[in-house]
Amino acid sequence: MLLRHTKPDNGVEREALVINPAKTCQPIGAMYAALGIHNCMPHSHGSQGCCAYHRSMLTRHFKEPVMAATSSFTEGASVFGGQANLLEALGNIFSVYNPDIVAVHTTCLSETIGDDVAQITSKAIESGKVPEGKRVIYASTPSYAGSHVTGFANMVKGMVDGLAGKTGTTQNTVNIIPGFVEPSDMEEIKRISAEMGVKTIVFPDTSGVLNGPMTGKFHMYPSGGATIEQLAATGDSKATLALGPVASAPAAKALDVKFKVPCEVIELPIGITATDRFVDALHRLAGVNVPELINRERGQLLDVMTDMHQYTYGKKVAIAGDPDHIVPLVEFLIDLDMKPIHVVTGTPGKAIPKRLEKALERVGRDVNVKVPGDLFQLHQWIKAEPVDLIIGNTHCKYIARDEDTPLLRLGFPIIDRVGHQYFPTLGYKGGLRLLEKILGILMDRQDRDAPEEAFELVM
Amino acid sequence: MPSKLKPEELKGELLKAYPAKVARKREKQIIVNKHTGEAANGLPTTPEILSNSRTIPGILTMRGCAYAGCKGVVLGPTRDILHIIHGPIGCSYYAWLTRRNQTRPKTDDDPNYMTYCFSTDMQEENIIYGGEKKLRQAVEEAIAIFKPKALDIFSTCPVGLIGDDIHAVAREMEAKYPDVNIFAFSCEGYKGVSQSAGHHIANNKVFTDVIGLGDSPKTGKYRLNLLGEYNIGGDAFEIERIFEKCGITLQGTFSGNSTYDEFINAHHVDLNLVMCHRSINYMADMMERKYGIPWFKVNFVGADATAKSLRHIAAYYNDDELTQRIEDVIAEEMAAIKEAQAKYRPRCEGKTAVLFVGGSRAHHYQELFRELGMDTIASGYEFAHRDDYEGRHVLPKIKVDADSRNIEELEVTADPVLYKQRLTDEDKAALLDKGIEMNGYEGMMPEMGEGKLIIDDLNHHEAEVLIEKVKPAIFGAGVKEKYVIQKSGVPLKQLHSYDYSGPYAGFKGAANFYEEIDRLVNATPWKLVKAPWQESPELNASYAYVG
Repeated sequence: MLLRHTKPDNGVEREALVINPAKTCQPIGAMYAALGIHNCMPHSHGSQGCCAYHRSMLTRHFKEPVMAATSSFTEGASVFGGQANLLEALGNIFSVYNPDIVAVHTTCLSETIGDDVAQITSKAIESGKVPEGKRVIYASTPSYAGSHVTGFANMVKGMVDGLAGKTGTTQNTVNIIPGFVEPSDMEEIKRISAEMGVKTIVFPDTSGVLNGPMTGKFHMYPSGGATIEQLAATGDSKATLALGPVASAPAAKALDVKFKVPCEVIELPIGITATDRFVDALHRLAGVNVPELINRERGQLLDVMTDMHQYTYGKKVAIAGDPDHIVPLVEFLIDLDMKPIHVVTGTPGKAIPKRLEKALERVGRDVNVKVPGDLFQLHQWIKAEPVDLIIGNTHCKYIARDEDTPLLRLGFPIIDRVGHQYFPTLGYKGGLRLLEKILGILMDRQDRDAPEEAFELVM
Repeated sequence: MPSKLKPEELKGELLKAYPAKVARKREKQIIVNKHTGEAANGLPTTPEILSNSRTIPGILTMRGCAYAGCKGVVLGPTRDILHIIHGPIGCSYYAWLTRRNQTRPKTDDDPNYMTYCFSTDMQEENIIYGGEKKLRQAVEEAIAIFKPKALDIFSTCPVGLIGDDIHAVAREMEAKYPDVNIFAFSCEGYKGVSQSAGHHIANNKVFTDVIGLGDSPKTGKYRLNLLGEYNIGGDAFEIERIFEKCGITLQGTFSGNSTYDEFINAHHVDLNLVMCHRSINYMADMMERKYGIPWFKVNFVGADATAKSLRHIAAYYNDDELTQRIEDVIAEEMAAIKEAQAKYRPRCEGKTAVLFVGGSRAHHYQELFRELGMDTIASGYEFAHRDDYEGRHVLPKIKVDADSRNIEELEVTADPVLYKQRLTDEDKAALLDKGIEMNGYEGMMPEMGEGKLIIDDLNHHEAEVLIEKVKPAIFGAGVKEKYVIQKSGVPLKQLHSYDYSGPYAGFKGAANFYEEIDRLVNATPWKLVKAPWQESPELNASYAYVG
């Protein structure tokens, strides 16, 4: 057994010790968000270990180059402040790597010593470390608050704070903040919007950055990413649609407060009901009709949901994931008449349990929910009441193997499989992909376990 | 494809784009290898290289931090010490199983905590009001659930800054739970200039709080410890297999596939072998001073190097029976190696490699490439010191700077009871005559040819220039570099994680590696980079009539 010490109940109410976390820290989310700006160098203001860990983890997840710089604090910098390191770093980054913009995020180290990145950035500009026409934005992302999703949210808000403006002429564009999702998902959001004839600014946008082609040539700044001009223009858009309250609402609200761009915050479009809301919101906000193609994609998803209902009906599911993912996921599972019975997210937040509670109303039984919870807790619940399917990131594979329960990999990080970079799980098409995966996993299991006489040719 | 540039010209290319201050520093870290004289061990002396020096802020480095060196590298591979990371969640999360240290508990009931990740997940109020209370409670909860015999605590950056006394918590908790050995590492990420500081911190605490506590060593005629082997991809399993076949008793490995009991009894052996010199030489030195256990450097990467290291063990024990048995094992194992070399060498011969990894691997892996007939044309470490490059004879000349001075150097004296001298000066001289330098490590540069480029702490920009100018057949580095290099059309072999394969140590590992390198340098997909229409992009005026 891989997790041989986990028992259904160990008689200990844990309050201080997190075991097998279902979250990681803010800066990695900030780094990921910054990679969604075109020609941007993310910068980690802290020890170089933070940057090395974040780059490594993002690289394992995307199997792509992840470029980011660090202030490389030493003990001296930690005592006397990191200003000199950040100034030197900015000078070196612009002269050696020539990005259009550097997106600085903090770490628990620089936050604890109280470095004022805003002030240091001003000083960098004053002292000529930032060449003419180049930009520096920043976000405060202390690792001791929130999670990787919060860090993503803070950096996206940093894009608004640092770059958005208003010319006075409102444009016929809708800002879409896609949340902490895959490059493939961001691409899908853009495709759906384009199909509907909606002019959008999607930010951040890691498509074309973290799912790039093999061409025999390395590009430090790949073709994708929201441009500085696009980000500057977000204040002129007629509305903002924020997908996922944790990851996307702060930036959307900032645009509303600063530039009176009205915003609507909805759940990520995972599954049919949540995608309906997304499409409907676009339809209303942009004043466009929903084209036949989108109706057709919806119909195809619903077709498979009805055709294969017998294989999803009543199946019990355990879920670990980020809040913005698991709320609509739970809804989708319930639409499939599946039973999500154990649910954890590592990300803290007062609103999350309420969102989950609402989404879980239709399950028709008690559900174990812990916010913030960890994978040790989830495993204990699974031992107490087994499930047919686990949905979560790669770390769940240890539980899956020990309990001989199939795992659907979804969320962050997925470091042992590919596909997430290229194939979306958002939208109706993404829903169909998710459903195909769920069915494939459950039906392979049925095929594996069926007695010979009940082994089905046609399913 | 060897570069047409002379080494000095290539060095110039690497430095060209830098601001003056960066160039001035990097100039001392990029060295064209020369053999300048002769050291006491008969090997050439080489130019001085600046290393273990601060990373330049903003320059994309491969390096990690002291915490990674302490928890990730040295302590991480031990399965039955419960590791609690005191800090915000990230540091614990990132060091959770990602280094691929394999372990094999003897029974289904044996403790194994390596699949678990323990963190105090410090929140803002812990940063403001202090985290000791939460840490204390976390230790209690861990003991209540897991009942470990040993538990250690690692501090991350903010812990050092807010002044949490993790050592006091460890002492207090140990007083409350006397059956559990509880100790702590002040390995905040900002210490030192790289992972290297963390190695030293780990060595110190394991030496003071763990080594020497046991009185039930493994039995056998030839007992030794293997220091600095972390069982990535099962390397230690292969070395264990070879030792067993040779009749050598491996008391403990620091720290691949290891247990706490093996550590506490490690001081009873008669020899320490040092594999990764950078991460564990402190332990070898301290154990010699306190217990009189001699050490020498070995290398089990490469079939010839493995055979040589085994022969050195035989020479050390100076015992005919052991010598004969080792020779038999080498003869038997080498038969398969010769076969594998005959198969793979012709497919790799003449190709070039560059290696930028670790504090030993960039040296060790040159052996395997040599066995494939491949030349390592440029090489360097991520976090090594001058002695790993130039050899330990330069140790007295290394200036201790402010960053190194902050890492404690323990005063170690001979234990009045347990110290036992194993070798006289005459014995050492006799061994040196047989090519075994006690307490010696020759370093990378004397073994590399003149004109080769040695680059300490290689960064992204330099890697890009190297690819452009010398286009090696293979690039050995880590996961951050993997896809950067591969996007340029050059396969990268991860020499930290082995790309999730292995083992590559010992005899079986060597054969695995030959096949792996053949796979990489001759892989079919790399040949498909250009689509047919990209090969001849100009539209031709004529057309083919298909009738």
